[in-house]
Amino acid sequence: MHMLAAQNLWGLDPLTLSRWQFGLTTVYHFLFVPLTIGMVFLVAIMQTAWVRTNNEKWLKLTKLFGKLFLINFAMGLVTGLVQEFQFGMNWSDYSRFVGDVFGAPLAMEGLLAFFFEATFIGLWIFGWGRLSKKVHLATIWITNLGVWLSAYFILAANAFMQHPVGFQLNEVKHRAELTDIGAVLTNIVALNQFPHTVTASIMYSGAVIVAVAAYHLKRKQYLDSMYTGLRYGLWATLIGGIGTVLSGDGLGLAMVQTQPMKMAAAEALYKTSSGYDASFSLFSWGTPDGHSEIFSVRIPYLLSFLSTHTLNGTVEGLNDLNAQYQHLYGAGDYMPIIWLTYWSFRWMIGLGVLAMLVALVGLVLTRKGRVQLPNWAWNTAIWASPLGLLAISIGWMFTEMGRQPWIVFSLMKTSAGVSPGITALDVLLSIVVFTLIYGILAVVEFKILRKAIDAGPDVLLEDQRDDADQLTVAY
Amino acid sequence: MALNQLWFLIVGFLFIGYFVLDGFDFGVGMALPFLGKDDTDRRVLINTIGPVWDLNETWVVVAGASLFASFPEWYASLFSGFYLALLLLLAALIARGVAFEYRGKGDSPRWRATFDWMIVIGSALPALLWGVAFANIVAGVPLNAQHIYTGTLFTLLNPYGLLGGLMTLSVFFLHGLFFIVLKTEGEIKDRARQLAKKVGYVATVIAASFLLWTLFAHLSLLGAVLTIVAALALVAAQAANFAKKDGVAFTLMVVTIITAVGALFAALYPNVLPSTTNPAYSLTIENASSSHYTLTVMTWVAVIMLPFVLAYQTWTYWVFRKRVSRKNIPAGSH
Repeated sequence: MHMLAAQNLWGLDPLTLSRWQFGLTTVYHFLFVPLTIGMVFLVAIMQTAWVRTNNEKWLKLTKLFGKLFLINFAMGLVTGLVQEFQFGMNWSDYSRFVGDVFGAPLAMEGLLAFFFEATFIGLWIFGWGRLSKKVHLATIWITNLGVWLSAYFILAANAFMQHPVGFQLNEVKHRAELTDIGAVLTNIVALNQFPHTVTASIMYSGAVIVAVAAYHLKRKQYLDSMYTGLRYGLWATLIGGIGTVLSGDGLGLAMVQTQPMKMAAAEALYKTSSGYDASFSLFSWGTPDGHSEIFSVRIPYLLSFLSTHTLNGTVEGLNDLNAQYQHLYGAGDYMPIIWLTYWSFRWMIGLGVLAMLVALVGLVLTRKGRVQLPNWAWNTAIWASPLGLLAISIGWMFTEMGRQPWIVFSLMKTSAGVSPGITALDVLLSIVVFTLIYGILAVVEFKILRKAIDAGPDVLLEDQRDDADQLTVAY
Repeated sequence: MALNQLWFLIVGFLFIGYFVLDGFDFGVGMALPFLGKDDTDRRVLINTIGPVWDLNETWVVVAGASLFASFPEWYASLFSGFYLALLLLLAALIARGVAFEYRGKGDSPRWRATFDWMIVIGSALPALLWGVAFANIVAGVPLNAQHIYTGTLFTLLNPYGLLGGLMTLSVFFLHGLFFIVLKTEGEIKDRARQLAKKVGYVATVIAASFLLWTLFAHLSLLGAVLTIVAALALVAAQAANFAKKDGVAFTLMVVTIITAVGALFAALYPNVLPSTTNPAYSLTIENASSSHYTLTVMTWVAVIMLPFVLAYQTWTYWVFRKRVSRKNIPAGSH
């Protein structure tokens, strides 16, 4: 169909390279997004607590974590620009095919959410001292609204790729056309993915607050504000974690309903099974393809329960689904990479649960004002903070890799979406450029975060007592 | 008016908004090595756009997404065709964005000098590339029957494309200087005014040549009117700068950018990306647009949201209306 042959380079073709580029840039972008989604909400609550109680420790927490939020936000912003451009740059045939549907939530995200975020975050950063307390508080809540709206729209766009709804195929133009925007925006996958994303982000952001507080408490400094921060972060992690589990259950049900292949792949379930046999494998040694399993720990009925909320439900297996899809969509292999989906599903759940357990133990250890803990406890709190982020990243790898070989489930394969006009050299060059820039930025970002954390909360209040002429916040 | 015509206007409006707003951010960034004698000076300059640069940059995100939603074929052919140019643009915008945020978070002169250069390059390169890109969009590029770009990066670097790039480079530089004159006080304001006088001559010559070239290649009444207004406003802006009417100079510069970019969109219409291979392969507002239903939905969103967006962004500029000078810059890093 394409006039231009794929131009390979050292055996690498534009498709493979574009997939790697999208994977790398998206995973990198999403290292920053969860902290934005979770922290804006947690900081808005801190600031509300300050406005309500006038207790200065809440102001200190607002300023410190607001600063970390902003350092992180800048990274999400600049890496997000790449996300929007690369649909057209690397995936132009995909863009041609879905633009009529997929473009709408993206443009809505821009018009309704990005402008909101960008404007009100500027007002929040630079509005200290210039806006009244209440108006200034409103700006962080409006920023929160913008951030979450933006998350919803992009998840609705992604949900169309997982479970296309609200469209019809135009055979003449070879594209999917929007017929029902309401259906696209209330896609069952988006409705379930959104709370899962937000609660997981709150869980992770809570753990970051815990880590920063633990860092100072270990050094026995800023005890008053940091103890409050610690407890607040622990509760946020736990509550966010519980929300993640509950919403994950809903997402799992939606996945079984819309993408049964993905659920079967998550379990490496080759044969359709029911009831007792629809067991959840906790761990398997050997290859998870079921042919050479040496040892595994299985919980009977659990997969049936997770997939159908009944004990004697039937879960379709990979082989049957593959045969069905071959019948529907033509010859081919419709299974994702099974070892990847199997293990990523387990690591996602395992790391998330571990993050919750750390928070639960932390809540018990530090109850009633206890801050005399051994160093190992503080170190655990500090080093446990990336657990939630890892779980989120791996969860997205599961979601996206589990959809393969489709770029839009049942409508278009990933291999058909790549830009026909680009060469392997183009894409390789851009992978190199982005990897270099992103690598350098990661180092700088870490240094700056570390410096801001080290400086502690008290120094930030001095901004407020400056000479009236001076900008309270300046670049 | 048909919806695809309306969306051609809305996309044009969003890009014009982007150039008017981020245009002066680029100019301020480019002015750093010319006007910033020391770190405090440079901080004065950066703080003139401090609270607004990222919302200004957001306009391109919204313009790009709206282009995707309303003309998917245009978005797909353009973004995959201009691949390496856009890669450069993204790298520059990333460098600029993080440099604004990070330069103040370290104290060593080397740290700050590094980020200052990232701001300068991250401002000048996009200012140049946008002109190259839009000139090539108007002139057309090699597209095959499937609307797939068949040229290379060097295809875009033709004389007309480069002249377009020099136009946006010089015009945005001048725009930024007028903005600095408007937003600062003291010695730096005078230096900006003096520099604007020199840059003004260059920008006028380049802009006039490029716009006349465009007009004669795509003759139309609307194009002629817009070109004349752009030229007059540009000359009048400089006269206002000489007369120390800072607000007038900046406003006239805004008019210049609106009409100059408007003239480009007028020259483009009804194409959105002409093919130099065969006119029959051109992308137009007919064959590149989304379905009627999608455009209807998006029209409702745009009609409801844009006035609201304009209102709260205007409010932001009002909140941050105070001029910036050396005495406003707190000591140390933040």
